[in-house]
Amino acid sequence: MDPFVINTLASIVATAAPLVFAGVGETLTEKAGVVNLSLDGTILLSAMAAFAVAYNTGSLWLGFLVAALIGMAIASIVAVGSIALEQEQVAIGFVLTMMTADLSSFLGNPYVNLPGPYVGQQPIPFLADIPLIGPVFFRQNIVIYASYLLIVLAWWWMMRTQPGLKMRGVGERPASAFARGVDVNAVRYTYTALGGALVGIAGATYSLVVKLGWSHNHTAGNGWIALAIVIFGGWDPWKVAGGAYLFGALKALGSVLQRNPAFQNVPTQIFSTAPFAMMILFLALTSSGLTDRFLDLFSPKVRNRLEAIIRGRAPAALGQPFHRD
Amino acid sequence: MRVEMRQIHKSFGPVHANAGVDLTLEAGRIHGLLGENGAGKTTLMKILSGYQSMDSGEILIDGKPVTFASPAEAIRAGIGMLHQDPLDFPPMTVLDNFLLAFDDRLIPDRKRGEAMMLELAQRFNFPLNPHVAVERLTVGERQQLEIIRLLALGAQVIILDEPTTGISAPQKVQLFATLRRLAHEEGKAIVFVSHKLEEVEALCDEVTVLRRGKVTGHKPMPVPIDELVRMMFGQSIAMPDKPPVPLGEIVLRAEKLLITGHRLEIRDASLEARAGEVIGFAGMEGSGQSLFLRTIAGLIRPKRGHIFLDGEELTGRPYREFMRAGISLLPADRIDEGLVRGLTIAEHFPLRRETPFFIDWEENRRYVEKMIEFYNIKGRPETPVESLSGGNQQRVLLALQPPKLKVLIMEHPTRGLDIGSARWVWEQLLKRREDGTVILFTSADLDEIMTYSDRVVIFFSGQMYPPIRATDLTVEELGYRIGGRAAPDAEA
Amino acid sequence: MSHQLKERLQALAWLILPIIAALLFTAIVLLLVGAQPLQAFWEIARGALESPAKWADVLTAWVPLALVGAGMSLTFAAGLWNIGAEGQIIVGAIFATWVARNVHLPLWPTLFLVIVAGMVGGAFWGWLTGLLRVYARVHEIFGGLGMNFIATALIIWLIFNPWKPARGATMSGTEPFPPNAWVPRLGHTRLPPLAVLMAILAVLLAYYLLKGTRYGLELRAMGKNMRAAFLQGIPTHRHMLSAFILCGAMAGLAGALQATAVYHRLIPRISGGYGYAGMLVVILAGYRPEWVPAVALFFAAIGVGSPRLELNMQLDASLGGVLEGAIVLFVLLAAGLRKRLARRSS
Repeated sequence: MDPFVINTLASIVATAAPLVFAGVGETLTEKAGVVNLSLDGTILLSAMAAFAVAYNTGSLWLGFLVAALIGMAIASIVAVGSIALEQEQVAIGFVLTMMTADLSSFLGNPYVNLPGPYVGQQPIPFLADIPLIGPVFFRQNIVIYASYLLIVLAWWWMMRTQPGLKMRGVGERPASAFARGVDVNAVRYTYTALGGALVGIAGATYSLVVKLGWSHNHTAGNGWIALAIVIFGGWDPWKVAGGAYLFGALKALGSVLQRNPAFQNVPTQIFSTAPFAMMILFLALTSSGLTDRFLDLFSPKVRNRLEAIIRGRAPAALGQPFHRD
Repeated sequence: MRVEMRQIHKSFGPVHANAGVDLTLEAGRIHGLLGENGAGKTTLMKILSGYQSMDSGEILIDGKPVTFASPAEAIRAGIGMLHQDPLDFPPMTVLDNFLLAFDDRLIPDRKRGEAMMLELAQRFNFPLNPHVAVERLTVGERQQLEIIRLLALGAQVIILDEPTTGISAPQKVQLFATLRRLAHEEGKAIVFVSHKLEEVEALCDEVTVLRRGKVTGHKPMPVPIDELVRMMFGQSIAMPDKPPVPLGEIVLRAEKLLITGHRLEIRDASLEARAGEVIGFAGMEGSGQSLFLRTIAGLIRPKRGHIFLDGEELTGRPYREFMRAGISLLPADRIDEGLVRGLTIAEHFPLRRETPFFIDWEENRRYVEKMIEFYNIKGRPETPVESLSGGNQQRVLLALQPPKLKVLIMEHPTRGLDIGSARWVWEQLLKRREDGTVILFTSADLDEIMTYSDRVVIFFSGQMYPPIRATDLTVEELGYRIGGRAAPDAEA
Repeated sequence: MSHQLKERLQALAWLILPIIAALLFTAIVLLLVGAQPLQAFWEIARGALESPAKWADVLTAWVPLALVGAGMSLTFAAGLWNIGAEGQIIVGAIFATWVARNVHLPLWPTLFLVIVAGMVGGAFWGWLTGLLRVYARVHEIFGGLGMNFIATALIIWLIFNPWKPARGATMSGTEPFPPNAWVPRLGHTRLPPLAVLMAILAVLLAYYLLKGTRYGLELRAMGKNMRAAFLQGIPTHRHMLSAFILCGAMAGLAGALQATAVYHRLIPRISGGYGYAGMLVVILAGYRPEWVPAVALFFAAIGVGSPRLELNMQLDASLGGVLEGAIVLFVLLAAGLRKRLARRSS
């Protein structure tokens, strides 16, 4: 196989990894009924903090740990603000994303464009030698491998375990969950914090694994993409991950086209923004009435199957506070 | 097991929902808790099942005082409740619903859970498929799932809140058989909460009657009906009579409509309604009657067929034009669909009245004050609608309707209303017939349908049957028909 | 002490408390990088207020914030998160630039066309987000963000290709406009009085629409409950689109004014983040247009004052954004805390 193709595929898998962390993390949060809109800023701040910590201590893992804690802290503000203090979830998330983005610029100023530590390649013996699959998936590093594992683990947790069952119940109909003895708000705090930690890890994955180092607005936009692919993926970890890989592919396509002489007049900024715009367009198409018309061409049975694949249903109580009385 | 509730008090703001209620439940008996809507039955039962806290009072199990901070604690003590709208998880499968918070290990044993569920279901002849989503079940089947779930959790006391609302007659027969078996053969204590006298009469071993948060009587059954009525209402209140109004010309004509809903398809639905006519739409929840009425209201576009109002075709026009043509819908969900939560009474009127672009708020206020007085609404112009009681919300909704309507569509016009408000609502509706308004309404209360309809339209799982004159029908027959069967004696 | 006075003082305390908390939070951030918090606050204040020229700058920065804030009070009333204001500012500036480059009339007719073009451009971009929301059912946050990305790509392409200056394309933008497309300034300051006037008019328009008209009442009903509003017979689709168009027009006006009154050219960062900052302004104003001017003035002062940190303390100017965000955050949290305490005591 053409090494260029393999390299491109491998880079797609790598660049999608942070989005997998953030997307799956947000999926867990939203499945419990909370929207954490602060992803874009959280990823920026945790990416900056992870790099700064790793740079100063030399410990990559400390970098990841701090990033996860920051993500958890920001998500917890969303949870406390919306659950205990009953403020609008979207407003708190938006304000936090603005503030933490500026915070990352301010605190990260001394670290701009410094060379620093990063996670190198760690091929998995034997698996790495499988043709095509090996070099694409298994000549990466432990963080990327963890992103694969997370997809499976999140799905299994959601669909097969008792806590996962409770989490889905809480996002779907909190009153029913409460009637069965589930502490609705405790579940919501837990998964908001857990999702936030994964978003923080997404940030660290940018600055320490796939987009090394730090610059102003280093990861800007990716948090919004993560939020979009949660909807795109219909709150299903597999499909959310699929969205992350699709976005990685769009980005790779951009950089391939950019090197093509036919596009040399097109400014680089177009290539870096186009995948974001296309992602949103995709989302628009799948949720639009056009898709309905397309689906109407099929028999009701096929239609329902197809619709289940193309669209997911949001947790019914997403964003709604729960009151006992 | 013996459960005693003593001097239970609970207030919601100014409303004293339970004012010193005593109730004793014995194993092996079906205890009827009877009372009008708003009498405090549900509140009392939510307290017993740990869903709500009480202000004061005590609960004793076998003589020992207990407190429940949550439904989980109540079920551990053996008390479980089946809520009127079953508290389950519609998009999740029957098995997931059964397992949630049941097998409390990290990884629930799905095989064992399924076997256990099926065994219980078989014991009571419940046809439950563990692998379909709960949203595909009827209300009756969702109740069945909740009952076996509570049994699996070891409930000794099972509370059922208005369980016969929205289920068919055969399902009701099966439910009653199940409850008798649970009480008389398996020694459970059953609480049957209802506002329907004849059901309490048919099922219960003893009865406690609540009125305005207080116990007005506790007796072993049988108790003469008129005595129960007196305990429920103070003195018996007759619902308004329906003076005959001569029917006019055909106002509304629906021709061979094809309507597709979420999981339902209605074919060849046709209806003609004359000025001043009242037509009741009966059927179990989700059988298609709402879909049909919302199509007539212009909210759903039929795939085929025609809708005419006074000979003018409205098919395919936007909802607003249906409204302008004189069709109005009052949704069942008064506070989340009918009114706009967060706006005041006064702010609702300019939305419906002829109002200039620049609102004269002073003039509007004077008008609203007049309407509040005329419709006897307990509220002020600046009162937010969500703080009104259900009855007053319905009054505001009726006050908002333009005076001369051609078709007035009511979903569950008296659901959740006290008897006074229900009576008032029907007085208003019957009065509107004199202007030639057609009244179309749905109700889960078959008595209401039989009392007020000129003709009755029955729906069963998407099938619309031709209208029947109410005089040619009995309540029992109607109960069987909405379950898709003829009444037993008709079959014979 | 009278009961009323006590209540007023309490209300005042609940207003001041979150601001103090935000200042403390920002102080901790400053201490983290080893800077003197008091000195930093002092620099920001001085940077905004030390001279009439600075006051003029603050007022100039107030214009886009007030315009976006006024527009968003309409979309927020209808329950819409018009996060796309950023893109609407950009496209407004683009349309205005096209007119400024191609129309050669005397000053006032040119300016009139430039401003109208800006409003049309912003309205068009807002309308597109509205179409996505209404007909493709894309939540306006994502539709708006997508439109922002596209607008950003568009402005860069224009500046680097068709509109690149003769000496070569850079991030510093196009050639300056011909002077007949410059909004006049007040004396030797950078303040364009016409722009201030238009922003005041926009705020008044938003206020009267929401308070005194059927349209405003209908928008508010939609914001409370879209479904119920529709069932009341309100044309929700049309109103959503018109709210996006009105907000877009005001944002587009802001963009046109940034180009013709502030920079006199089109630059890639023409929006200056005012779309997002404007959203913070409206949230802090409790979504009420009558509070927008004051809050916008406060934010404008922070925005003008904070670059001073770079000059005098070698700190990044983004601290201003941190302070703004912290104030909004703590005000929201304090409002929730106050409600909770009030409920507990009753």
